[in-house]
Amino acid sequence: MRGEQINLQNVIARSASQVPSPQERTGGIDRVTKLIDVSRCIGCKACQVACAEWNDLRDEVGNNVGEYDNPLDLSPNTWQVMRFDEYENEQGNLEWLIRKDNCMHCAEPGCLEACPAPGAIVQYANGIVDFNSEHCIGCGYCVTGCPFDVPRISEVDGKSYKCTLCSDRVFHGLEPACVKSCPTGSIMFGTRDDMLDLAETRTDFLRSRGYDNAGVYNPEGVDGTHVIYVLQHADKPQIYSDLPEDPTISPMVSAWKGVTKPLASAAIGLAALTGFLHYVTAGPKEYSEEDEQAVRDDEARQRERESGEAQDNREERP
Amino acid sequence: MSLAKSDPYLRRYSLGERLNHWLVAISFVLLVLSGLPFFHPFFWSLTGLFGGPTMTRILHPWIGLFMVLMFAIMAVRFFKESLIRRHDIQWLKQIDDVLANRDEKLPPVGKNNAGQKLVYWIMLGCIILLLITGVMIWQPLVGEAMPITLRRLASMGHAYLAFLAIITLIIHIYSGIWVKGSFQAMVRGRVSKAWARHHHDLWYEEEMEKERKHREISRRHDHSEQETP
Repeated sequence: MRGEQINLQNVIARSASQVPSPQERTGGIDRVTKLIDVSRCIGCKACQVACAEWNDLRDEVGNNVGEYDNPLDLSPNTWQVMRFDEYENEQGNLEWLIRKDNCMHCAEPGCLEACPAPGAIVQYANGIVDFNSEHCIGCGYCVTGCPFDVPRISEVDGKSYKCTLCSDRVFHGLEPACVKSCPTGSIMFGTRDDMLDLAETRTDFLRSRGYDNAGVYNPEGVDGTHVIYVLQHADKPQIYSDLPEDPTISPMVSAWKGVTKPLASAAIGLAALTGFLHYVTAGPKEYSEEDEQAVRDDEARQRERESGEAQDNREERP
Repeated sequence: MSLAKSDPYLRRYSLGERLNHWLVAISFVLLVLSGLPFFHPFFWSLTGLFGGPTMTRILHPWIGLFMVLMFAIMAVRFFKESLIRRHDIQWLKQIDDVLANRDEKLPPVGKNNAGQKLVYWIMLGCIILLLITGVMIWQPLVGEAMPITLRRLASMGHAYLAFLAIITLIIHIYSGIWVKGSFQAMVRGRVSKAWARHHHDLWYEEEMEKERKHREISRRHDHSEQETP
């Protein structure tokens, strides 16, 4: 992976930014991809340990709830979890499906789309989507935007955290920590082309072994992901702990963040301008001399009536 | 004699109403300034007014709660005079005449015109819904406890409602500048009788009637005092 040093010119997209990020340095930079072959995973959780080790994460020790899932969910201190499912297949046999759940590094990231803080979420030329905690304000919009329910907000510092795909390691030519630790070769890492190729090879192999619906999970709805799965049952991704079948950025997020933003902002400016132009055109709304005169007349009439009444009162008295 | 000199002003808003209104107004403007940066990055520099982006995120909901509280008091105060009546519909139909300052053609207006009443009802609706959606996405107090679909709906709704409220606010502020004397009415609490007669003739009649009755009562009081000894 030539030219993968940390370099700000490699930031090709950043959150809440209206002008293009650097686009020129595309020559030698290949997109990277992590391939997770679910069929080869034995659930040893070495990847979880390696992730915590490399990223200096130490989650609180939780409780055993009678499941293999441990910890039960992602957290600001747990950027990946193994999710275990017991699945009864068509032949009535039990299959143990173990999916390593972490950030998918979407080509079109919902978190980045939703984030209001300029530069708090960036996408590098190699495809990695990274959180820049320095700019994170802890609003939680990334959670709202993510189609995979990945980001988690820290209660300690109010910032959002997720898997970085070990961007620091990758920039120095190393594979992510989870990949390095995997004893079965279930997690592979390389250029995107190589990984898609390898995924096809694995899928063919699975098909030859009777998994007719084996396939690659690289969802189109988010323009592909830089973390892809080889699934034995690619026709039913939901059996792998609710892996979404056709993930997209929610229409509600698009309606909130898409063209609405510039259009509504322009409308606010135009409303103020319209007011000013109306003032210039129609002029202020004022009462006239007539109103003042009418009030004086009203009061004069009233005074007359009252003094008349007063006189009557005096005359009535003996 | 008190009859000779009459007060050229009418009381339009009490001190309580004015303070209430301006507390709502100030907190509302602060909400707009602290909320817009999260809507569009074009407004990002406004976060500098609140001590930085994260402070803006922290402060916005609290200002919101304060505003809702103040607005609730105001909404109760102004409820009765904001009910839409038949002549208000006619006034709205003649919005062209309103905008072109052809005031002589307009139907009689009570204490508030239909435009002011609409501001009341739009703001009331917006603020109730802004409160609900705002609490739903309040980070870190509530946000993460919300199911994701509700959270998305609330985020979208909060933005759209805020937009509607801001447009209404701009119209409201502009009306205060456009209709001479109305800004002063909310600052000092009083308007000239000529102003009242021109812009709110039904209310003017009512107030003049009150003044008449008031004077009559005090006159009778004077008489009875003269007769006692």
